Amino acid sequence: MTTATPSAPNPPATPTNKLGFTKQDYVGSKSTLCAGCGHDAITAQIINAAFESNLEGYRVTKYSGIGCSSKTPAYFINQGWGFNSVHGRMPSIATGASLANRNLINIGISGDGDSMSIGMGQFVHAVRRNIPMIYIIEDNGVYGLTKGQFSATADKGSHLKSGAVNDLPPIDPCTLAIELGCGFVARCFSGNPKQLNTILKAAFAYEGTVVLDIISPCVTFNNHDASTRSYKHVKDHDFPLHDLGFIQYSEVEDVEIPAGQTEIVTFPDGSKVAIKATHEGYDPTDRFGAMKAVHESMAKGEFLTGLLYINPTQPPLPQVLNLVDEPLNSLGEAQLKPSEATLNEIMQALM
Amino acid sequence: MTATLAAPATSGGAKTRINDFSIQVATVNGSGSQTANTVLLRAIFQMGVLVSGKNLFPSNIAGLPTWFTIRASAKGYVARKASNEMLILMNPETAKDDIAKADPGALVIYDEPLQLDKLRSDLAYIPVPFQKLVTASCPEPKLHKLVKNMIYVGVAARLLGIDMEEVKKAIAKQLKGKAKAVELNQTACTAGYDWAMENLEDQDHIKVIRDNKTQGLIIVDGNEACALGALFAGVTVVGWYPITPASSLVETFIEYAEEYRKDPKTGKSTVAIVQMEDELASAGVVLSAGWAGARSMTSTAGPGISLMSEFIGMGYYVEAPGVFFNVARTGPSTGLPTRTQQSDVELCAKASHGDTQHINLYPGTMEECFQFSYDAFDLAERFQTPIFVVTDLDLGMQNWSSKPFAYPAKPYDRGKVLNQQQLADMQDWGRYKDVDGDGICYRSLPGTPGGKGAYFTRGSGHNAYAQYSEKPEDYLAVVDRLKRKYETAKTHVPGPVFRNLGSDKGVLAFGSSDPAVIEAQDILAEAGLKTDYLRLRALPFTAEIDAFVKEKKVVYIVEQNRDGQMANLFRETYPEYATKFKSVLHYDGHAIDAKCIVDQITAFEQK
Ligand SMILES: Cc1ncc(C[n+]2csc(CCOP(=O)(O)OP(=O)(O)O)c2C)c(N)n1
Ligand code: SF4
Repeated sequence: MTTATPSAPNPPATPTNKLGFTKQDYVGSKSTLCAGCGHDAITAQIINAAFESNLEGYRVTKYSGIGCSSKTPAYFINQGWGFNSVHGRMPSIATGASLANRNLINIGISGDGDSMSIGMGQFVHAVRRNIPMIYIIEDNGVYGLTKGQFSATADKGSHLKSGAVNDLPPIDPCTLAIELGCGFVARCFSGNPKQLNTILKAAFAYEGTVVLDIISPCVTFNNHDASTRSYKHVKDHDFPLHDLGFIQYSEVEDVEIPAGQTEIVTFPDGSKVAIKATHEGYDPTDRFGAMKAVHESMAKGEFLTGLLYINPTQPPLPQVLNLVDEPLNSLGEAQLKPSEATLNEIMQALM
Repeated sequence: MTATLAAPATSGGAKTRINDFSIQVATVNGSGSQTANTVLLRAIFQMGVLVSGKNLFPSNIAGLPTWFTIRASAKGYVARKASNEMLILMNPETAKDDIAKADPGALVIYDEPLQLDKLRSDLAYIPVPFQKLVTASCPEPKLHKLVKNMIYVGVAARLLGIDMEEVKKAIAKQLKGKAKAVELNQTACTAGYDWAMENLEDQDHIKVIRDNKTQGLIIVDGNEACALGALFAGVTVVGWYPITPASSLVETFIEYAEEYRKDPKTGKSTVAIVQMEDELASAGVVLSAGWAGARSMTSTAGPGISLMSEFIGMGYYVEAPGVFFNVARTGPSTGLPTRTQQSDVELCAKASHGDTQHINLYPGTMEECFQFSYDAFDLAERFQTPIFVVTDLDLGMQNWSSKPFAYPAKPYDRGKVLNQQQLADMQDWGRYKDVDGDGICYRSLPGTPGGKGAYFTRGSGHNAYAQYSEKPEDYLAVVDRLKRKYETAKTHVPGPVFRNLGSDKGVLAFGSSDPAVIEAQDILAEAGLKTDYLRLRALPFTAEIDAFVKEKKVVYIVEQNRDGQMANLFRETYPEYATKFKSVLHYDGHAIDAKCIVDQITAFEQK
């Protein structure tokens, strides 16, 4: 039968990634943060980058401490497991779980209060141990959830909405991370989605600890003109380092690398980041140079953003501990329980 | 002078205490005396006599006084005995004081130049020219300090009638076959023995006579027993932070793991052990590893549990498994970190803020240290909660003789964990839904493929589907279910052990108090007071404990802390019987002894 029914125009197909997932498959629950909060913009880019990086959602684990920022793991990648723990202790949660199952893709979300005040000890030691995780600090210079007290990243001289002035110098998570030997240190601004997206994708390909300090204005308690972390202030003082191009492993062959200006950093999984330095002479593999550049930038009141430092060769903790390849949580009694003869042998030695 | 040597008495004369005495050795820590003392203890053990050793050491690396007591008991009493029949005084700093405290009639071996023999006339003095003997028996001056202690072992062996062959065997065992050290120490020991043979008259105050009470027994400390329990339980993630007296638990585990937890093909490790930056981080590692499906543990003492408490409360509320060993010491704060106490009872029962109740295991013997450590991992996974194994310095770090451990044949209980297929088959899974009515829900592990089972773990309020909730009914549903879960545990934890002499008077104790209570019970019975003894082995209290409390007229609760912490738990649990509970306490940092129990119970009875 021929039909005269006009065929309905095909709805535009929802784009899928290589695994066949749509972007919708990477979303989480609805955010309950203030409208316009920088943290929500970060959540959006995590969703985008995870989709574009073809992450297997079930392998993703999301850890956090306590704070507005620490609530956000509920707002992305519902296919993954989340663990919203206690204030400042997210790194130890990521450490235990990542050792229990080395196949997990670990994303830690923290705030500047969570990481640079109460959780400083855990931050420092997680970085030092190079646990396999992306450690995101959603940095607004205040304690959002407890209504606007200064955090330890607040700049000296910055004002609270109430008018209070911060008299103490800030702690900078990026130079600290470089000092601690972190192999992937970057700073972004929640208001620069393109750069954040590229850095996140590079971060997903990296094996050890990634420290990502994302300046993320708190619209409720820290977005007035006197704040150094307001949208306006950061937009005016954001100083991007490079144009980054992230190339996934399978695509490497197809990419044309323009000669001369671009540097390619290769990760252990084969992925590469192409870094085009706009900042003359900036070499992200130069540890001391990176420290110097960040400090110089800070002295000028700028936020130097971009990939600040990279060293893709450091072994992550499960490798340092020489763990078996299978996830520890999958080992059964046969692999774990010594035999009766072994117990007898031990008992003999104690007689 | 050549001594006239009486043949060692073969049967107990009126005065001779055969295989029934205590020796106290006073030395300086860091002088290698620990080896000498263990050799002496082992040699008596090898003579077939039950023996226990207690090291009373200072919180210091070298240079402060330390005492070691060795108790031999034909009847098998292994508690500390407050009186000593022999003193070996090697520390000039404490010698006068030690003499002042000595029990009348004690034999006192001492370094000749100390000239202690004028201090009291009711002691039997045995001055020994240690320096002379060391110089003659050891060619290397830098080793003199170490081998000097072996000389007193030789002297004591001679006086006690211990076979030198047993002493030599004990040295070889203790020094694990390091040939040069073995020879050096055996030579020194023999020098002491020979000197005593030639120069001392024999004594008949105390003697060791060969017996067969130690056939097939092992000597072990509780930390090693717990470490072995964890090894056989298949622990895969350990996060810890050093603290006396808990460090040697993990340190011993590390030694065993080196040998028994390496993949034979690749040499790779099947356990991740991380020394964390503090106890907060250790607790985080334990709970998150448990959450992710590993068997995880930490080992700490009271100060560590205090730091971990915020996490432990979260672990209880989000229902993450993990095993927490608490080897208790004398507190609060630094307290006396090298002395023993049972003063973390209430801390471990309720660690954290909010309403929390934890399952606690109280091993009282070396076999239980092993078995309960093994069981703790099953309980943690079955109940999805932090489990405490509570021991103390006395159990953890002292030498105990024990039957060899039975192989834990019971297969691992990994609890209610849903795999990919089970999740796929499930219609309406909720992480915190009480499907079986026992308070224990079904969990999924991160990384399970298939697109089902992911959930969000949060310390904030949550409903049966792990969703954020501040609704009163949702909060009540969770915490009331947690209480139900705790009820369920009553049928899973080890019940009490009884030693009933047929009485309506109860004695209740737990953990390291056991040997002293047994001895006290016998002493009281001899004096005409029979008691029934219940040894508690876990929280929550089981039905047998309900019955005991109900049926006894009085329950003497023996514990090693000031505040009667266990008695407090009993008063809280059984308010209707609150007046029955009488506290028998010992909390000066030394291990509890029978006499203090007898004295306190007798005083109560005379009221
Ligand atoms: C032990 C403990 N102390 C204090 C708090 C209260 N508290 C909750 S969030 C927070 C600060 C969070 O600030 P930040 O990490 O900067 O996150 P933001 O809310 O700004 O994103 C504090 C102090 C707590 N939850 N736990
Ligand atoms: S208080 Fe600030 S940090 Fe918190 S949600 Fe609102 S804008 Fe974001």
